[in-house]
Amino acid sequence: MDYSQFLNMQAELSLLAVIVILFVADLFMCADGKNGRGVYNTCLPVVLLTAHTLLNLCPSCQGAGEAFGGMYQHTPMMSIVKSILAVGTIITFLMAHKWLSRPENLVKQGEFYLITLFTLLGMYFMISSGHFLMFFIGLETASIPMAATVAFDKHRYESAEASAKFILLALFSAALLLYGISLIYGSTGTLYFNDIAAAVSFFNSSTNPVMLLGLLLFITGMGFKISLVPFHLWTADTYEGAPTVVTGFLSVISKGSAAFVLFTVLIKVFGAQDLVYAWDQAFLWIIIASITIANLFAIRQKNLKRFMAFSAISQAGYLVLGIMDGTAQGMTSLVFYLLVYMVANLGAFAVLTVVEENTGGITMDSYNGLYKSNPKLAFLMTLCLFSLAGIPPFAGFFSKFFIFMAAFKAGWHWLVLIALINTVISLYYYLLIVKAMYIIPNDEPLPGFKVDCYSRTALFVCIAGVVFLGLCGVAYNYIDAFAYGLDNMVNGLAEPIKCCCPSSCH
Amino acid sequence: MISIDFILLVSTLMMFAGVYGFLTRKSTLAILLSIELMLNAANINFAVFNNLLFPQGHEGVFFAIFAIAIAAAESAIAIAIMINIYRQLHNISVDKLTKMKW
Repeated sequence: MDYSQFLNMQAELSLLAVIVILFVADLFMCADGKNGRGVYNTCLPVVLLTAHTLLNLCPSCQGAGEAFGGMYQHTPMMSIVKSILAVGTIITFLMAHKWLSRPENLVKQGEFYLITLFTLLGMYFMISSGHFLMFFIGLETASIPMAATVAFDKHRYESAEASAKFILLALFSAALLLYGISLIYGSTGTLYFNDIAAAVSFFNSSTNPVMLLGLLLFITGMGFKISLVPFHLWTADTYEGAPTVVTGFLSVISKGSAAFVLFTVLIKVFGAQDLVYAWDQAFLWIIIASITIANLFAIRQKNLKRFMAFSAISQAGYLVLGIMDGTAQGMTSLVFYLLVYMVANLGAFAVLTVVEENTGGITMDSYNGLYKSNPKLAFLMTLCLFSLAGIPPFAGFFSKFFIFMAAFKAGWHWLVLIALINTVISLYYYLLIVKAMYIIPNDEPLPGFKVDCYSRTALFVCIAGVVFLGLCGVAYNYIDAFAYGLDNMVNGLAEPIKCCCPSSCH
Repeated sequence: MISIDFILLVSTLMMFAGVYGFLTRKSTLAILLSIELMLNAANINFAVFNNLLFPQGHEGVFFAIFAIAIAAAESAIAIAIMINIYRQLHNISVDKLTKMKW
């Protein structure tokens, strides 16, 4: 056995090292009953994860590769997405400080870090999978521990109900997905992504009903994970009941990784002409339904976590817009959208978390007049919401613009038109919060408070992303240099035709 | 030798019995059992396709083994969540899980 293939798994192995270190640290340094303070609360996990991210940040030094006979595949694009997810997890950990410092959570804080990092590890494997077995194991590693974090507030009933709804529908979708994979296996005789694509063209089985049913069940299973509209019913309840930090993680990291994997698997496995036509038709209606229905439901929400849930469903619709036709430009805009959506949404959730932890307010009414007592927080929340709505100087405008451009170029003109109309509707309900914070008079607004330094750091990172990601075109160009799609793929194994290393081009 | 059609018929029936159970049962444990039916239907498919259509490899059988292990992990955590709910509600019927709606 050639052990050098493990070097291709740099991201996974370094994350595993982080997990082992945290596990040992939790054994010896955990918060004890005596003084009740966590010794390594937040600091150690954040430092380790930052080191891990920096180690894997440079995709050009690794190049494409594979391990375990093609079960594990690695492209530079994947390490960009993994870095984005890792940065999101760091922000989540920073946000979680105050929540984990509660007396009932102090002894459990180590578990929170471990469970969250294991979901991250599952997402890494899911992203890099080259075989349906690796894909399925990664997907389940990413979603099973998630149910445990949703139920993390063990003695709060909403948390338990949310996790019950989450785990039952996650299992249901996993079963449908597994059945779909079995049908794909039945029609092609292999489970390697590249071999399936080859077998489809060899047997000319792209219009085979069994294959089409497999594709349909695959889209269904992934639709549950990304919470696209016909499969979105668990989302609002789970987001409302889960601890706010976990909701932030669910709405960005879990959803974003699934959307990227959906893209790569669709172009790798279902890249035949007829199949592309089939999934384009499916996504056309799924996207329209997701964006429109979620927008309409978001308008009538009073609880802000529930509101953010519907906003997240609608954002997922925009995210999936990049999948249409599976072009390289679509992949670039999808990853860029994911990056921008991550900073904006996590920024909004960071504000929600600090307000909830310090004052307990989570409904729209309690935010009335927030500007008077906490002007800075209200301003930061406004920036994040403007970015989510896509108002020009902020990053959200550029990410929406790129994703519309990709879909427009692929020829989906009226789909882009519907998405544009929905952007206006979404602007209305995002401004409802801004109106509550700035305009609606309130004699007794939430009391003013001082934000702890960890949440400050999280907010600072998010706001920096919201403001600068759009203005510096470097980020988009950098992602674009590694993108690949159906229009520039070399014999199944995803290798970008454009220059692999941006530093050598300049 | 049994024709592949009959075995696929059994697995399809199991799959849709599971879907029906998932949609109609009231007890969360019964729902969990229905999901197990669906997962096992997929496992039967893997074994059958491997044995009768593609006997040169073992991919399907190995996938089924891994799927069984994953299903066990899923049931473990789902049952833990049900126990947590039972402690708070003294009931595990889905009719009672209605605090958050719309």
